[in-house]
Amino acid sequence: MNNRDTNFDQSPSRFKGKIITDEMAGKITRVEELAYILKISDVMSSSLKTLSPDHSMQDVLVTMRENRISGVPIVDNDSHALLGMVSTEDLIKCLANQDIDANLTKYMSTKLVTVNSFDYLTEALKLFARTGLGRLPVLDENGALAGILTKGDVTYGLLRALEHDYIEEEVRRYRASHLFEDIESDRSSLILRYTIEHYDFTHGGSASSKIKRALLRLGANAQLARRVGIGIYEAEMNLIIHTTHGGTIHVEIEPHQISVYAWDEGPGIEDVNLAMKAGYSTATEEIRELGFGAGMGLPNIARCADEMDLQSELGKGTHLTMKFFLKGEDVVGEGYTGKGKKETENDA
Amino acid sequence: MTLDQIITDLQLKVLTEPIDFSSIAPTHGYVSDMLSCVMTGAKHQSIWVTLQAHNNIVAVACLLELAAVIITENAQPDAETIKKANEEGITLLSCPQNSFYISGKLWEMGLRDQ
Repeated sequence: MNNRDTNFDQSPSRFKGKIITDEMAGKITRVEELAYILKISDVMSSSLKTLSPDHSMQDVLVTMRENRISGVPIVDNDSHALLGMVSTEDLIKCLANQDIDANLTKYMSTKLVTVNSFDYLTEALKLFARTGLGRLPVLDENGALAGILTKGDVTYGLLRALEHDYIEEEVRRYRASHLFEDIESDRSSLILRYTIEHYDFTHGGSASSKIKRALLRLGANAQLARRVGIGIYEAEMNLIIHTTHGGTIHVEIEPHQISVYAWDEGPGIEDVNLAMKAGYSTATEEIRELGFGAGMGLPNIARCADEMDLQSELGKGTHLTMKFFLKGEDVVGEGYTGKGKKETENDA
Repeated sequence: MTLDQIITDLQLKVLTEPIDFSSIAPTHGYVSDMLSCVMTGAKHQSIWVTLQAHNNIVAVACLLELAAVIITENAQPDAETIKKANEEGITLLSCPQNSFYISGKLWEMGLRDQ
Protein backbone atom coordinates (compact mmCIF):
# COMPACT_ATOMS: atom_id res chain seq x y z
CA MET A 1 0.00 0.00 0.00
CA ASN A 2 2.90 2.31 0.61
CA ASN A 3 3.66 2.73 -3.02
CA ARG A 4 0.27 4.34 -3.54
CA ASP A 5 1.24 7.23 -1.34
CA THR A 6 3.85 8.35 -3.83
CA ASN A 7 1.04 9.59 -6.03
CA PHE A 8 -0.06 12.02 -3.38
CA ASP A 9 3.30 13.67 -3.03
CA GLN A 10 2.42 16.56 -5.23
CA SER A 11 -0.91 17.33 -3.68
CA PRO A 12 -1.03 19.88 -0.89
CA SER A 13 -0.54 18.52 2.58
CA ARG A 14 -4.10 19.15 3.61
CA PHE A 15 -5.22 16.43 1.21
CA LYS A 16 -2.91 13.87 2.79
CA GLY A 17 -4.75 10.93 4.15
CA LYS A 18 -7.86 11.63 2.12
CA ILE A 19 -8.71 9.48 -0.82
CA ILE A 20 -8.27 11.51 -3.96
CA THR A 21 -8.28 10.09 -7.44
CA ASP A 22 -5.87 11.34 -10.07
CA GLU A 23 -8.73 12.99 -11.83
CA MET A 24 -9.87 14.79 -8.71
CA ALA A 25 -6.33 15.81 -7.88
CA GLY A 26 -6.00 17.32 -11.34
CA LYS A 27 -9.15 19.35 -10.85
CA ILE A 28 -8.18 20.51 -7.39
CA THR A 29 -4.87 21.85 -8.54
CA ARG A 30 -6.57 23.68 -11.38
CA VAL A 31 -9.07 25.20 -8.98
CA GLU A 32 -6.26 26.22 -6.68
CA GLU A 33 -4.39 27.66 -9.60
CA LEU A 34 -7.50 29.59 -10.59
CA ALA A 35 -7.69 31.08 -7.09
CA TYR A 36 -4.38 32.73 -7.89
CA ILE A 37 -5.46 33.89 -11.34
CA LEU A 38 -8.94 35.22 -10.68
CA LYS A 39 -9.33 38.55 -8.92
CA ILE A 40 -12.02 39.06 -6.35
CA SER A 41 -13.58 41.65 -8.68
CA ASP A 42 -13.98 38.88 -11.30
CA VAL A 43 -16.34 36.83 -9.18
CA MET A 44 -18.01 39.17 -6.66
CA SER A 45 -21.59 40.36 -6.97
CA SER A 46 -21.52 44.04 -7.75
CA SER A 47 -25.17 44.87 -8.18
CA LEU A 48 -25.91 45.53 -4.55
CA LYS A 49 -28.79 46.48 -2.37
CA THR A 50 -27.46 48.92 0.18
CA LEU A 51 -29.00 51.23 2.74
CA SER A 52 -27.77 54.49 4.21
CA PRO A 53 -27.47 55.09 7.97
CA ASP A 54 -30.68 57.13 8.06
CA HIS A 55 -32.85 54.02 7.53
CA SER A 56 -34.66 51.97 10.14
CA MET A 57 -34.45 48.26 10.93
CA GLN A 58 -37.89 47.98 9.33
CA ASP A 59 -36.26 49.09 6.07
CA VAL A 60 -33.61 46.42 6.58
CA LEU A 61 -36.29 43.75 7.01
CA VAL A 62 -38.08 44.85 3.84
CA THR A 63 -34.83 45.01 1.84
CA MET A 64 -33.80 41.55 2.97
CA ARG A 65 -37.21 40.04 2.26
CA GLU A 66 -37.69 41.65 -1.14
CA ASN A 67 -34.21 40.84 -2.37
CA ARG A 68 -33.88 37.50 -0.59
CA ILE A 69 -30.57 38.47 0.91
CA SER A 70 -29.14 37.76 4.33
CA GLY A 71 -27.08 40.88 4.85
CA VAL A 72 -27.32 44.55 3.90
CA PRO A 73 -24.25 46.78 3.64
CA ILE A 74 -24.72 50.22 5.06
CA VAL A 75 -22.93 52.91 3.05
CA ASP A 76 -22.44 56.63 3.35
CA ASN A 77 -24.69 58.48 0.95
CA ASP A 78 -21.94 60.72 -0.39
CA SER A 79 -18.66 58.92 -0.16
CA HIS A 80 -20.07 55.38 -0.66
CA ALA A 81 -17.74 54.35 2.13
CA LEU A 82 -18.79 51.19 3.91
CA LEU A 83 -19.97 51.99 7.41
CA GLY A 84 -21.26 48.63 8.54
CA MET A 85 -23.41 45.59 7.76
CA VAL A 86 -26.73 44.45 9.12
CA SER A 87 -27.05 40.71 9.01
CA THR A 88 -30.02 38.41 9.65
CA GLU A 89 -28.54 37.80 13.06
CA ASP A 90 -28.63 41.52 13.86
CA LEU A 91 -32.20 41.64 12.63
CA ILE A 92 -33.20 38.73 14.88
CA LYS A 93 -31.66 40.51 17.86
CA CYS A 94 -33.69 43.58 16.99
CA LEU A 95 -36.90 41.57 16.60
CA ALA A 96 -36.31 39.89 19.93
CA ASN A 97 -36.15 43.35 21.47
CA GLN A 98 -39.34 44.30 19.59
CA ASP A 99 -37.37 47.27 18.35
CA ILE A 100 -38.10 47.18 14.62
CA ASP A 101 -38.50 50.94 14.28
CA ALA A 102 -35.02 51.65 15.63
CA ASN A 103 -32.43 53.26 13.45
CA LEU A 104 -30.29 50.58 11.83
CA THR A 105 -27.08 52.04 13.20
CA LYS A 106 -28.18 50.70 16.59
CA TYR A 107 -27.85 47.12 15.40
CA MET A 108 -25.37 47.19 12.53
CA SER A 109 -21.99 45.52 12.92
CA THR A 110 -19.15 47.92 12.39
CA LYS A 111 -16.24 45.60 13.01
CA LEU A 112 -16.05 44.29 9.51
CA VAL A 113 -13.72 41.91 7.79
CA THR A 114 -13.34 43.17 4.24
CA VAL A 115 -11.40 42.23 1.15
CA ASN A 116 -10.03 44.33 -1.69
CA SER A 117 -11.52 43.99 -5.15
CA PHE A 118 -8.04 43.96 -6.70
CA ASP A 119 -6.80 41.05 -4.56
CA TYR A 120 -6.66 37.50 -5.79
CA LEU A 121 -9.42 35.11 -4.91
CA THR A 122 -7.10 33.08 -2.74
CA GLU A 123 -7.04 35.95 -0.18
CA ALA A 124 -10.80 35.70 0.17
CA LEU A 125 -10.62 31.91 0.47
CA LYS A 126 -8.15 32.26 3.33
CA LEU A 127 -10.44 34.74 5.07
CA PHE A 128 -13.48 32.51 4.62
CA ALA A 129 -11.55 29.65 6.14
CA ARG A 130 -10.12 31.67 9.02
CA THR A 131 -13.22 33.59 10.04
CA GLY A 132 -15.99 31.16 9.17
CA LEU A 133 -17.90 34.08 7.66
CA GLY A 134 -20.24 33.44 4.77
CA ARG A 135 -19.99 36.83 3.17
CA LEU A 136 -17.27 39.45 2.76
CA PRO A 137 -17.78 43.07 1.71
CA VAL A 138 -15.42 44.05 -1.10
CA LEU A 139 -13.79 47.48 -1.16
CA ASP A 140 -12.28 49.22 -4.17
CA GLU A 141 -9.00 51.19 -4.31
CA ASN A 142 -10.67 54.18 -2.64
CA GLY A 143 -12.18 52.17 0.17
CA ALA A 144 -15.67 52.50 -1.27
CA LEU A 145 -17.95 49.47 -1.35
CA ALA A 146 -17.46 47.67 -4.66
CA GLY A 147 -19.45 44.53 -4.04
CA ILE A 148 -20.11 41.51 -1.88
CA LEU A 149 -18.41 38.16 -2.09
CA THR A 150 -20.18 35.04 -0.87
CA LYS A 151 -18.97 31.44 -0.97
CA GLY A 152 -21.60 30.92 -3.64
CA ASP A 153 -19.99 33.64 -5.77
CA VAL A 154 -16.65 31.86 -5.40
CA THR A 155 -18.08 28.51 -6.45
CA TYR A 156 -19.90 30.04 -9.38
CA GLY A 157 -16.82 32.02 -10.45
CA LEU A 158 -14.61 28.94 -10.34
CA LEU A 159 -17.13 26.86 -12.25
CA ARG A 160 -17.35 29.54 -14.91
CA ALA A 161 -13.56 29.59 -15.23
CA LEU A 162 -13.41 25.79 -15.40
CA GLU A 163 -16.06 25.81 -18.08
CA HIS A 164 -13.88 28.21 -20.02
CA ASP A 165 -10.98 25.74 -19.68
CA TYR A 166 -13.25 22.98 -20.88
CA ILE A 167 -14.28 24.94 -23.94
CA GLU A 168 -10.61 25.60 -24.72
CA GLU A 169 -9.88 21.86 -24.55
CA GLU A 170 -12.83 21.24 -26.85
CA VAL A 171 -11.43 23.81 -29.28
CA ARG A 172 -8.03 22.07 -29.17
CA ARG A 173 -9.66 18.74 -29.85
CA TYR A 174 -11.69 20.32 -32.62
CA ARG A 175 -8.54 21.76 -34.18
CA ALA A 176 -6.79 18.38 -34.09
CA SER A 177 -9.79 16.70 -35.59
CA HIS A 178 -9.68 19.18 -38.46
CA LEU A 179 -5.92 18.96 -38.89
CA PHE A 180 -5.91 17.99 -42.51
CA GLU A 181 -8.52 20.53 -43.52
CA ASP A 182 -6.31 23.38 -42.43
CA ILE A 183 -3.24 22.15 -44.27
CA GLU A 184 -3.48 22.15 -48.02
CA SER A 185 -1.53 19.72 -50.11
CA ASP A 186 -2.29 17.11 -52.73
CA ARG A 187 -1.93 14.48 -50.08
CA SER A 188 -1.30 15.25 -46.40
CA SER A 189 -0.32 12.73 -43.83
CA LEU A 190 0.86 12.67 -40.28
CA ILE A 191 3.72 10.35 -39.44
CA LEU A 192 4.42 9.02 -35.97
CA ARG A 193 7.58 7.04 -35.26
CA TYR A 194 8.38 4.89 -32.26
CA THR A 195 11.56 3.04 -31.40
CA ILE A 196 10.94 -0.24 -29.62
CA GLU A 197 13.74 -1.78 -27.56
CA HIS A 198 14.28 -5.49 -27.34
CA TYR A 199 13.04 -6.99 -24.07
CA ASP A 200 11.70 -3.66 -22.83
CA PHE A 201 8.60 -5.08 -21.19
CA THR A 202 8.36 -2.02 -18.96
CA HIS A 203 7.29 0.10 -21.91
CA GLY A 204 5.40 -2.64 -23.68
CA GLY A 205 2.13 -1.23 -24.97
CA SER A 206 3.11 2.41 -24.56
CA ALA A 207 3.55 3.07 -28.29
CA SER A 208 0.17 1.52 -29.08
CA SER A 209 -1.51 3.46 -26.26
CA LYS A 210 -0.02 6.71 -27.55
CA ILE A 211 -1.10 6.01 -31.10
CA LYS A 212 -4.59 5.17 -29.93
CA ARG A 213 -4.80 8.45 -28.02
CA ALA A 214 -3.53 10.39 -31.05
CA LEU A 215 -6.22 8.83 -33.22
CA LEU A 216 -8.95 9.76 -30.76
CA ARG A 217 -7.66 13.33 -30.72
CA LEU A 218 -7.78 13.36 -34.49
CA GLY A 219 -11.43 12.46 -34.28
CA ALA A 220 -11.31 8.72 -34.95
CA ASN A 221 -14.24 6.78 -33.58
CA ALA A 222 -13.53 4.64 -30.53
CA GLN A 223 -13.92 1.32 -32.31
CA LEU A 224 -11.38 2.18 -34.99
CA ALA A 225 -8.92 3.53 -32.42
CA ARG A 226 -9.24 0.28 -30.47
CA ARG A 227 -8.76 -1.86 -33.57
CA VAL A 228 -5.64 0.02 -34.62
CA GLY A 229 -4.40 0.00 -31.02
CA ILE A 230 -4.71 -3.78 -30.71
CA GLY A 231 -2.97 -4.39 -34.03
CA ILE A 232 -0.09 -2.13 -33.10
CA TYR A 233 0.14 -3.60 -29.59
CA GLU A 234 0.77 -7.04 -31.04
CA ALA A 235 3.41 -5.69 -33.42
CA GLU A 236 5.00 -3.79 -30.55
CA MET A 237 5.16 -6.88 -28.33
CA ASN A 238 6.60 -8.91 -31.21
CA LEU A 239 9.42 -6.38 -31.52
CA ILE A 240 10.04 -6.55 -27.77
CA ILE A 241 9.92 -10.34 -27.53
CA HIS A 242 11.18 -11.75 -30.79
CA THR A 243 13.86 -9.42 -32.16
CA THR A 244 17.60 -9.20 -31.59
CA HIS A 245 17.79 -5.40 -31.32
CA GLY A 246 14.21 -4.20 -31.15
CA GLY A 247 12.74 -2.33 -34.08
CA THR A 248 10.73 0.62 -35.31
CA ILE A 249 7.05 1.34 -35.65
CA HIS A 250 6.05 3.94 -38.15
CA VAL A 251 2.44 5.03 -38.40
CA GLU A 252 1.22 7.15 -41.26
CA ILE A 253 -2.15 8.72 -40.68
CA GLU A 254 -4.10 10.02 -43.62
CA PRO A 255 -7.74 11.05 -43.55
CA HIS A 256 -8.86 7.89 -45.31
CA GLN A 257 -6.26 5.37 -44.29
CA ILE A 258 -3.84 4.46 -41.59
CA SER A 259 -0.70 2.59 -42.58
CA VAL A 260 1.46 0.93 -39.98
CA TYR A 261 4.94 -0.32 -40.72
CA ALA A 262 6.86 -2.32 -38.15
CA TRP A 263 10.29 -3.54 -38.98
CA ASP A 264 13.35 -5.05 -37.34
CA GLU A 265 16.73 -6.35 -38.34
CA GLY A 266 16.47 -9.86 -37.21
CA PRO A 267 16.45 -12.65 -36.58
CA GLY A 268 13.62 -13.04 -39.10
CA ILE A 269 10.86 -15.63 -39.24
CA GLU A 270 11.71 -19.08 -40.50
CA ASP A 271 8.29 -20.03 -41.77
CA VAL A 272 5.88 -17.13 -42.19
CA ASN A 273 2.90 -19.36 -42.91
CA LEU A 274 3.48 -21.35 -39.76
CA ALA A 275 3.95 -18.15 -37.73
CA MET A 276 0.56 -16.94 -38.96
CA LYS A 277 -1.14 -20.03 -37.59
CA ALA A 278 -3.13 -19.39 -34.43
CA GLY A 279 -1.48 -21.02 -31.44
CA TYR A 280 1.94 -21.40 -33.01
CA SER A 281 4.69 -19.65 -31.08
CA THR A 282 8.44 -19.75 -30.72
CA ALA A 283 8.40 -17.90 -27.41
CA THR A 284 10.55 -19.26 -24.61
CA GLU A 285 9.13 -20.72 -21.44
CA GLU A 286 10.16 -17.58 -19.56
CA ILE A 287 8.19 -15.37 -21.96
CA ARG A 288 5.19 -17.68 -21.78
CA GLU A 289 5.13 -17.37 -18.04
CA LEU A 290 4.57 -13.65 -18.51
CA GLY A 291 1.49 -14.47 -20.53
CA PHE A 292 3.00 -13.89 -23.95
CA GLY A 293 3.65 -16.42 -26.64
CA ALA A 294 0.07 -17.62 -27.00
CA GLY A 295 0.67 -17.73 -30.72
CA MET A 296 -2.14 -15.24 -31.21
CA GLY A 297 -0.19 -12.08 -32.02
CA LEU A 298 0.01 -12.31 -35.79
CA PRO A 299 -3.49 -13.80 -36.15
CA ASN A 300 -4.72 -10.88 -34.05
CA ILE A 301 -3.04 -8.44 -36.40
CA ALA A 302 -4.64 -10.15 -39.37
CA ARG A 303 -8.01 -9.91 -37.67
CA CYS A 304 -7.69 -6.22 -36.76
CA ALA A 305 -6.14 -4.82 -39.93
CA ASP A 306 -8.00 -4.44 -43.20
CA GLU A 307 -4.86 -5.48 -45.02
CA MET A 308 -1.74 -7.16 -43.70
CA ASP A 309 1.53 -8.03 -45.29
CA LEU A 310 4.39 -9.88 -43.62
CA GLN A 311 7.78 -10.22 -45.28
CA SER A 312 10.63 -11.88 -43.51
CA GLU A 313 14.01 -13.25 -44.28
CA LEU A 314 15.95 -15.35 -41.83
CA GLY A 315 19.04 -13.51 -40.63
CA LYS A 316 17.87 -10.23 -42.16
CA GLY A 317 14.70 -9.17 -40.47
CA THR A 318 10.98 -8.76 -40.73
CA HIS A 319 8.75 -6.13 -42.31
CA LEU A 320 5.14 -5.96 -41.28
CA THR A 321 2.59 -3.72 -42.94
CA MET A 322 -0.91 -3.11 -41.66
CA LYS A 323 -3.48 -0.97 -43.42
CA PHE A 324 -6.71 0.35 -42.04
CA PHE A 325 -9.16 1.93 -44.44
CA LEU A 326 -11.52 4.59 -43.18
CA LYS A 327 -14.74 5.13 -44.98
CA GLY A 328 -17.37 7.83 -44.92
CA GLU A 329 -17.64 9.45 -41.58
CA ASP A 330 -14.85 7.40 -40.04
CA VAL A 331 -12.20 9.66 -41.57
CA VAL A 332 -9.73 11.27 -39.22
CA GLY A 333 -8.36 14.80 -39.19
CA GLU A 334 -11.09 16.09 -41.46
CA GLY A 335 -14.07 17.37 -39.55
CA TYR A 336 -16.88 15.46 -41.17
CA THR A 337 -20.30 17.02 -40.94
CA GLY A 338 -22.41 15.29 -38.37
CA LYS A 339 -19.73 12.81 -37.43
CA GLY A 340 -18.13 12.23 -34.12
CA LYS A 341 -19.60 12.42 -30.70
CA LYS A 342 -22.79 10.46 -31.01
CA GLU A 343 -21.15 7.42 -32.47
CA THR A 344 -18.20 7.53 -30.13
CA GLU A 345 -20.44 7.70 -27.12
CA ASN A 346 -22.60 4.82 -28.25
CA ASP A 347 -19.57 2.75 -28.77
CA ALA A 348 -17.84 3.66 -25.54
CA MET B 1 -24.43 -4.80 -11.84
CA THR B 2 -21.83 -2.24 -10.87
CA LEU B 3 -18.17 -2.69 -10.08
CA ASP B 4 -19.04 -1.41 -6.64
CA GLN B 5 -21.25 -4.46 -5.97
CA ILE B 6 -18.69 -6.85 -7.40
CA ILE B 7 -15.95 -5.48 -5.15
CA THR B 8 -18.17 -5.77 -2.08
CA ASP B 9 -19.65 -9.20 -2.84
CA LEU B 10 -16.34 -10.82 -3.75
CA GLN B 11 -14.46 -8.90 -1.04
CA LEU B 12 -11.86 -7.74 -3.52
CA LYS B 13 -8.93 -5.62 -2.49
CA VAL B 14 -8.65 -2.39 -4.50
CA LEU B 15 -5.01 -1.90 -5.49
CA THR B 16 -5.37 1.30 -7.47
CA GLU B 17 -6.73 4.62 -6.33
CA PRO B 18 -10.46 4.32 -5.67
CA ILE B 19 -12.77 5.95 -8.17
CA ASP B 20 -16.55 6.01 -8.36
CA PHE B 21 -17.03 2.27 -8.80
CA SER B 22 -20.80 2.59 -8.73
CA SER B 23 -20.63 4.38 -12.07
CA ILE B 24 -18.86 1.47 -13.76
CA ALA B 25 -21.07 -1.32 -15.02
CA PRO B 26 -19.05 -4.22 -16.46
CA THR B 27 -20.90 -5.92 -19.28
CA HIS B 28 -18.80 -9.05 -19.85
CA GLY B 29 -16.20 -11.23 -18.26
CA TYR B 30 -13.09 -12.91 -19.60
CA VAL B 31 -10.52 -15.26 -18.08
CA SER B 32 -7.06 -15.93 -19.45
CA ASP B 33 -3.43 -15.51 -18.56
CA MET B 34 -2.36 -15.26 -22.17
CA LEU B 35 -2.37 -11.61 -23.14
CA SER B 36 -2.97 -12.11 -26.84
CA CYS B 37 -5.96 -14.30 -26.08
CA VAL B 38 -7.33 -11.48 -23.99
CA MET B 39 -6.67 -9.12 -26.89
CA THR B 40 -8.67 -11.44 -29.12
CA GLY B 41 -11.43 -12.45 -26.77
CA ALA B 42 -12.18 -9.78 -24.19
CA LYS B 43 -14.79 -7.23 -25.11
CA HIS B 44 -14.45 -3.69 -23.91
CA GLN B 45 -16.01 -2.97 -20.53
CA SER B 46 -15.19 -6.56 -19.55
CA ILE B 47 -13.85 -7.70 -16.24
CA TRP B 48 -10.67 -9.65 -16.85
CA VAL B 49 -9.71 -12.34 -14.37
CA THR B 50 -6.05 -13.32 -14.46
CA LEU B 51 -3.08 -14.57 -12.51
CA GLN B 52 -0.75 -12.21 -14.34
CA ALA B 53 0.36 -9.23 -12.30
CA HIS B 54 3.12 -7.65 -14.40
CA ASN B 55 2.80 -4.27 -16.00
CA ASN B 56 1.67 -5.39 -19.45
CA ILE B 57 -1.77 -6.21 -18.06
CA VAL B 58 -2.28 -2.45 -17.77
CA ALA B 59 -1.45 -1.91 -21.45
CA VAL B 60 -3.88 -4.65 -22.43
CA ALA B 61 -6.63 -3.35 -20.14
CA CYS B 62 -6.07 0.17 -21.43
CA LEU B 63 -6.14 -0.74 -25.12
CA LEU B 64 -9.29 -2.81 -24.67
CA GLU B 65 -10.87 -0.30 -22.28
CA LEU B 66 -11.64 -2.99 -19.75
CA ALA B 67 -13.80 -2.18 -16.73
CA ALA B 68 -11.34 -3.75 -14.27
CA VAL B 69 -8.73 -6.44 -13.83
CA ILE B 70 -9.06 -8.99 -11.03
CA ILE B 71 -5.69 -10.45 -10.14
CA THR B 72 -6.21 -13.80 -8.44
CA GLU B 73 -4.33 -15.93 -5.92
CA ASN B 74 -2.89 -12.84 -4.26
CA ALA B 75 -0.45 -12.23 -7.11
CA GLN B 76 0.97 -8.79 -6.35
CA PRO B 77 1.68 -6.24 -9.10
CA ASP B 78 4.72 -4.05 -8.42
CA ALA B 79 4.58 -0.35 -7.60
CA GLU B 80 5.31 0.69 -11.20
CA THR B 81 2.39 -1.37 -12.48
CA ILE B 82 0.01 0.19 -9.99
CA LYS B 83 1.31 3.65 -10.82
CA LYS B 84 0.80 3.03 -14.53
CA ALA B 85 -2.70 1.71 -13.88
CA ASN B 86 -3.54 4.87 -11.94
CA GLU B 87 -2.24 7.00 -14.78
CA GLU B 88 -4.30 5.12 -17.34
CA GLY B 89 -7.39 4.99 -15.13
CA ILE B 90 -7.39 1.20 -14.97
CA THR B 91 -8.76 -0.43 -11.82
CA LEU B 92 -6.70 -3.33 -10.46
CA LEU B 93 -8.35 -5.61 -7.92
CA SER B 94 -6.90 -8.51 -6.05
CA CYS B 95 -8.16 -11.57 -4.18
CA PRO B 96 -6.77 -14.71 -2.54
CA GLN B 97 -9.04 -17.13 -4.46
CA ASN B 98 -8.19 -18.64 -7.83
CA SER B 99 -9.52 -17.61 -11.22
CA PHE B 100 -12.00 -20.49 -11.38
CA TYR B 101 -13.64 -19.48 -8.11
CA ILE B 102 -13.83 -15.80 -9.01
CA SER B 103 -15.25 -16.53 -12.46
CA GLY B 104 -17.88 -18.78 -10.90
CA LYS B 105 -18.86 -16.04 -8.50
CA LEU B 106 -19.07 -13.47 -11.29
CA TRP B 107 -21.21 -15.84 -13.32
CA GLU B 108 -23.48 -16.34 -10.29
CA MET B 109 -23.83 -12.57 -10.06
CA GLY B 110 -25.04 -12.54 -13.64
CA LEU B 111 -21.95 -11.62 -15.60
CA ARG B 112 -21.62 -13.47 -18.92
CA ASP B 113 -19.05 -13.77 -21.67
CA GLN B 114 -21.42 -12.67 -24.41
